[in-house]
Amino acid sequence: MTPTLSGRIQSRIFLALLIGVPWTILLTPFLPGIRIDGEGFVGFGPGMYPVTFTALGLMIVLGAVVWDPLYHGLQQFRWERDWPSMFALLTVINEAVLLWFVLSAVGVDGGGRAQMSTFVVHIATTWLLMWLFAVGPIRVVLLRYRFSGGRILRRW
Amino acid sequence: MEEVELPPPPPTGAVIRTPASVIDVEEVQAPAPTPGDLNDQLLGTSVWSDQLIASAGIPIYDVQVISVGGGIGSFVLADHLRIAGMPTNAFMALSNIETPWQTYEYLTKVSQIPRPERLRSDSTGMPDNIWGFPSYALRESRREKTLAPLWSVLTEPVFTDYWTPRAGTAFEGMAREAARIGWHGMVTMGQVRMVRRREGGGYFTILTPPPGASPTKRIAYRSQFVHLAVGYPGLRFLSDLQAYRTAYGDIARVVNAYEPHEHVYDGLLQKPGRVLVRGGGIVASRVLQRLMEDRMHKGAQTQILHLFRTYIDGKNAQNGPSRRKGSMGFAYQGFNWPKGAWGGQLKDAIESAEGAERAEIYKKLGGTHTPRRKLWQQQMRRAAGEGWYHTFQGEVTDVRPGDGGVVTTIRQKNGSVHAIEADVIIDCTGLEADLAESRILADLLEHSGAGRNPMGRLDVERTFEVRGTRNGVGRLYASGAPTLGGYYAGVDSFLGLQYAALRITDDLAAQGIVKRIGVGRSMSQWWKWFRQKPI
Repeated sequence: MTPTLSGRIQSRIFLALLIGVPWTILLTPFLPGIRIDGEGFVGFGPGMYPVTFTALGLMIVLGAVVWDPLYHGLQQFRWERDWPSMFALLTVINEAVLLWFVLSAVGVDGGGRAQMSTFVVHIATTWLLMWLFAVGPIRVVLLRYRFSGGRILRRW
Repeated sequence: MEEVELPPPPPTGAVIRTPASVIDVEEVQAPAPTPGDLNDQLLGTSVWSDQLIASAGIPIYDVQVISVGGGIGSFVLADHLRIAGMPTNAFMALSNIETPWQTYEYLTKVSQIPRPERLRSDSTGMPDNIWGFPSYALRESRREKTLAPLWSVLTEPVFTDYWTPRAGTAFEGMAREAARIGWHGMVTMGQVRMVRRREGGGYFTILTPPPGASPTKRIAYRSQFVHLAVGYPGLRFLSDLQAYRTAYGDIARVVNAYEPHEHVYDGLLQKPGRVLVRGGGIVASRVLQRLMEDRMHKGAQTQILHLFRTYIDGKNAQNGPSRRKGSMGFAYQGFNWPKGAWGGQLKDAIESAEGAERAEIYKKLGGTHTPRRKLWQQQMRRAAGEGWYHTFQGEVTDVRPGDGGVVTTIRQKNGSVHAIEADVIIDCTGLEADLAESRILADLLEHSGAGRNPMGRLDVERTFEVRGTRNGVGRLYASGAPTLGGYYAGVDSFLGLQYAALRITDDLAAQGIVKRIGVGRSMSQWWKWFRQKPI
């Protein structure tokens, strides 16, 4: 991958909307650690949607504001001006740590109903799917993507 | 690959020959005027009328798009246009090679990349797949039943070398795609002599068909669009080696890596010898690998001498806070440009720069380099450690025959003079000849309004239209090596040919000639590709 800064942010938003949103809708009811009103694991928790969607939304915002400019800065030290796939995969670790702290700090943990395992499974799987889509199949949907530094809104 | 019949070389070989149209075959002058030939009036007129050609007795055929070359550049454009909905009878490639990859395979093979060896090309630069998905790494993983290629592309270039496909994988893929898009029905054999503008719009392309294929000596193609994909204008020797070959008529001891030179390796297996390798690029790496493996595994007793004009031992070249790595004489870079030049920050920078500023970026990012590959590192270390690989740095001042070999005199950095005696010299520098060495391009510069870019190559727009050649409703495009120095650096690569083809296809779509490959068409056509459905 050879992203530009604008391409990083556009790709992040695009992937979150195309992959992250449907996946979160599907996954949330089955996430571990979901309890309704302290009654223990129930297995279905539509009440958790605000929690998971806040996490997804915050992942976009923190990424665009904090992480992408930082990655872009680091990329300037790479002669090839590329961003290896492995970096794109592993940066979930630093992003998730910050995300968890911010989510906890603002108190969006579903009133104690969301546990760390909820969060880890949600973010890890969402990230993995977004990454898998971005390293290959996205080129089938967006033929010019690989030449555009990750930008979606671009006609050359 | 089958042996290719080449035209007889001049004894000292000014330009290195290849099977393709890149080197024009000298025309034999017929003793008497032949029917349907070019005449002085045609040669001297830049813009031709239909009448002018008809009066010379040259038959005219109409095709909407003519692609000159028939190599990988023509093939990749045909692939894009077919996928964008162009019928086979609207496109014609004029070629003197049997398959699109013939020249490429010839050059890779003589420069020590036979089919099982790996190219210097990204996993997604795929002349047989306009999407680059699923990539060559996935294909190889499935075929060879191993996860190694996938692990490699995941961890490259941090823990592993850049993964690159085997040459054979690329050729086999193209053969399959050629069958799928009906390529073989879109090729006419012959030697293209020139392209000229047509009065009233469009272009004429003059083809000399093979003897006996046509009752006239030439035929003319009248087309709205022309695409030039003629490859390297030619490859040249280093001037000091050229001078040696000319002065002493010795073409056995001084060879170029891009011409057949198996006799060198065969000879070294027969008896011990000293080989001087010149150059610090990928071809030098390849030749070293061959020489070293022949010594390690086949019992050759070769002493390898390696002369660098610039010996690099550490960081070199600078772009912002980043520098290119290097060691053991070589500068290291994965591909022929930094990766971001194909579609990222560096592409943006080059695309938005003009004139001298663009030339400056090219200079900053350019230079001679080779990929850092673990195998090569190990081989060079071992060879140096065992005392049969020696490196030198210096400017060559003289090359002349010596005691049973060739003596190269160099002036070293500290000013001292040193003589290197070798039995054979292999020139791995791959100097490119000027545009004007290609008769087609020379004619274009002289008659059709084409010009040169800041690097002296063919000046093209961002759409790969040759600047200054537009003619009414007609447009003339070019892609590949002759366009280096334009708004896109990676033109001489699989991925660069795909980029150029996509830009040209989009430009044609904007004129209503083909359909734009948008999201829907891209997905439906990919599905056809995936199931290998002919189109």
